[in-house]
Amino acid sequence: MKLFVQLFHRLDQSTNVNQKREALVWYFSEASDIDRLWTIGLLSNKRPKRIATIALLKEWATEITNIPVWLFEESQHVVGDLVETITLLLPMPKKENEESLSFWINYIKNLENLEEEQKKEKIIAAWQCLQPTERLLFNKLLVGGFRIGISQKLMVEALAQYTGIKGNLIAHRLTGSWIPDNITFEKLILTESPLENSSSPYPFHLASALEGGIQDLGAVSEWSAERKWDGIRGQIIVRQDELFVWSRGEELLTDKLPEYHPLADLLPNGTVIDGAILPFKNGQPLNYNELHTRLGRKNITKKAMDKTPIIFMAYDLLEWQGEDIRLRPFRERRHLLQQMLSTYPTQGILVLSEDIPFDDWGQLVEERALSRKYRSQGLMLKRWNSSYSSGRQRGDWWKWKADALTINAVMIYAQRGNEGGTNLYSNFTMGVWDGDLLMPFTKVSGLTEKEASEISAWVSRNTRERFGPVRSVEPVHVFEIAFDGIRSSSRHKSGVVLRSPRIIRWCKDQSAREANTLNDLKAFLELY
Amino acid sequence: MALLEFTDKGIYCPPAKVHIDPWRPVERALITHGHADHASWGHRAYLCTKSAKPVIRYRLGDINIESVEYGEPKTINGVKFSFHPAGHIIGSAQIRVEYKGEVWVASGDYKLEDDGISEAFEPIKCHTFITESTFGLPVYQWKPQESVIQEINDWWANNKATGKVSVLTAYSLGKAQRLLHSVNHEIGPIYTHGAIENTNRIIRKQGIKLPPTRKTTGNISPGAYQGALIIAPPTALNAAWIQKFKPLSIGVASGWMALRNIRRKRTADKGFVFSDHADWQGLNDAITATGADRVIVTHGYTKAFTKWLRQERGLDAIEAHTEFEGESLERKEDKEDNS
Ligand SMILES: [Zn+2]
Repeated sequence: MKLFVQLFHRLDQSTNVNQKREALVWYFSEASDIDRLWTIGLLSNKRPKRIATIALLKEWATEITNIPVWLFEESQHVVGDLVETITLLLPMPKKENEESLSFWINYIKNLENLEEEQKKEKIIAAWQCLQPTERLLFNKLLVGGFRIGISQKLMVEALAQYTGIKGNLIAHRLTGSWIPDNITFEKLILTESPLENSSSPYPFHLASALEGGIQDLGAVSEWSAERKWDGIRGQIIVRQDELFVWSRGEELLTDKLPEYHPLADLLPNGTVIDGAILPFKNGQPLNYNELHTRLGRKNITKKAMDKTPIIFMAYDLLEWQGEDIRLRPFRERRHLLQQMLSTYPTQGILVLSEDIPFDDWGQLVEERALSRKYRSQGLMLKRWNSSYSSGRQRGDWWKWKADALTINAVMIYAQRGNEGGTNLYSNFTMGVWDGDLLMPFTKVSGLTEKEASEISAWVSRNTRERFGPVRSVEPVHVFEIAFDGIRSSSRHKSGVVLRSPRIIRWCKDQSAREANTLNDLKAFLELY
Repeated sequence: MALLEFTDKGIYCPPAKVHIDPWRPVERALITHGHADHASWGHRAYLCTKSAKPVIRYRLGDINIESVEYGEPKTINGVKFSFHPAGHIIGSAQIRVEYKGEVWVASGDYKLEDDGISEAFEPIKCHTFITESTFGLPVYQWKPQESVIQEINDWWANNKATGKVSVLTAYSLGKAQRLLHSVNHEIGPIYTHGAIENTNRIIRKQGIKLPPTRKTTGNISPGAYQGALIIAPPTALNAAWIQKFKPLSIGVASGWMALRNIRRKRTADKGFVFSDHADWQGLNDAITATGADRVIVTHGYTKAFTKWLRQERGLDAIEAHTEFEGESLERKEDKEDNS
């Protein structure tokens, strides 16, 4: 298990995605086929069944170590994690062992049908020859609690890099109900599956942020305008009676979106639609965070679907009746999209992103100012004669976001960031005045490195209290915070949650007392 | 009246009128070792071991300091003192105090394993033993030095093979020299941060052999560091200093690396569980070996360790209240001596 332990350490110690990807690629190239397969399985939440409860492990560990309960608890208080505490209390192994990850996983699986006494005996025997980190992973697997913060996307990227196979093909091959027991690495990853080529999305056409004045775009008649919805950009594909939903990040999300599944029957084969995966209820979009939470769930329950229903806001039609129509002008594609939507009703699964009629740029300026009323991020401007090309074709598609909202807030907690091997304080919890108290309402980063080292020196000298990695500091420094949106939230103490908060300025000329109040912040809710 | 008592200045011996490791200025201070929370500035007279003296003098400047050999008795106002190896760092000592047939030992910081460079720990029989408890919980168990050094060598060799510089953090007095002495210096060149190189110079001058090292300075071309091991104090790891060594891998050698939550808080690529303090078993063995039936617990998990000694081992154990009490784990982690 040594190799897997090294991978675990590298993933566990890093917060940098590139380093994590590099570690995975390294591991895939070093590990045996069967260990590779199991690693993919573990990272895809295909873990072996739980063999024992944590309580049982604790009981056995305290029994063999003779540690009194109070001392166990004292230790757990320091260590934090219960399984890790058990692991660290056990005596050091007398010998090294060279067995592989898959050996130990099979060892665990073979315990499944044993009586408790036999399980205990086998588990204690394993403890006696596993090194501390090996033992930690072994114990986590035993209790069914093995988790490591790697997204499916990152694993797909690493496998693509290691095998030289395109990411979307790998993503496709990893879907479905395979388990490491009934497949090989070769069959799972290296073998073409029948539908995979029909599942491929088109490369996404991306818009650039509009920087100059809107008048510079030229003739009004050449442009279409629609709202920019705050969801996840995606493509819906129906081919060979199958549905595939891809995110712009090339993640295959089909399984996570059961409400889209009827589309496989409702739409004709050879259809590809571009749009936004959008949480939507009672005729209006929900908070982006709710979409994020729902997609993060492993199991999609009926309750979660009722709480956060998801529609697909259709922007564009890329393939129709099996024909790639991306090079036809946008005007024509939109026309076909509208026709399709009226010919094939989808019970509200697909919703057309309406275009905004306008005769002069001034009207669009007014529409943009209403963005928050529509719960949108701003406007999208597309040239009527543009094709859907891959990547960012500058000049044809512009995103014109609503102006950011800003507020001046006081830094109340500081935490070290993990960027680039530095140890500077770069993440801050900000507060606004609620009477005489500062109400924390958001976490932000965004100082320059120079500012971060200046503030870090100050934090070290002006710490009030420490809470693990977080320090509370004297409320002195005021930062101007920009954010794209705000919603009320009962889950947050301040009653609000922000979208994309970031520091735009360190207001050195302002005293903490001059910062904004909670009422100022809540006033922004009126914009919606 | 106790032979040694805990005051707001440190451990005090009333009949001899001397202090052990005091942290506020006193007349006469007996110093267990050179770490900053044991050897502080401002006392009128200092006494330590011969091998601890050069570093203490270097750190504290022009002080009135006297030294003795290990085991050499020194009588002060009728009280007999002697210094005995503590195995913590070069020159570190436990201080034995004998008066009218009663024997106390103040351990300072100690570890039981012979690290090959510090004078190896010797258990001293006594009636009362004052012990540290930095790692006084059963979750702290050290592997033999040999096995950790193997991990460090492997990490270094592997970094070298992939074109990376290995930056290993360790405190400048003690841990740094122990590492220098133990790693396989045939893997590549070894560089040290200025703070460590200054200490090395003093240590070499007292006749202790360390492998050749070079100080990292501005006029060394960045390419020269390729495949090298750089030993630096944790405080040196700021963005600007580290920039010139990229691509690099950062390792931390500290007992605290045993805990995942602390390991993850550090921005290191690799944590090595490597301490100059006794682990849980070490503390318990040391106490057994003294034969003491009275134990005073300082520096660390004093409350839990005292309770353990009283309730589970039946010893007359009490907690000492020192200035260092009540500090968070992390704070201690930042400090020089506690790793
Ligand atoms: Zn020390």
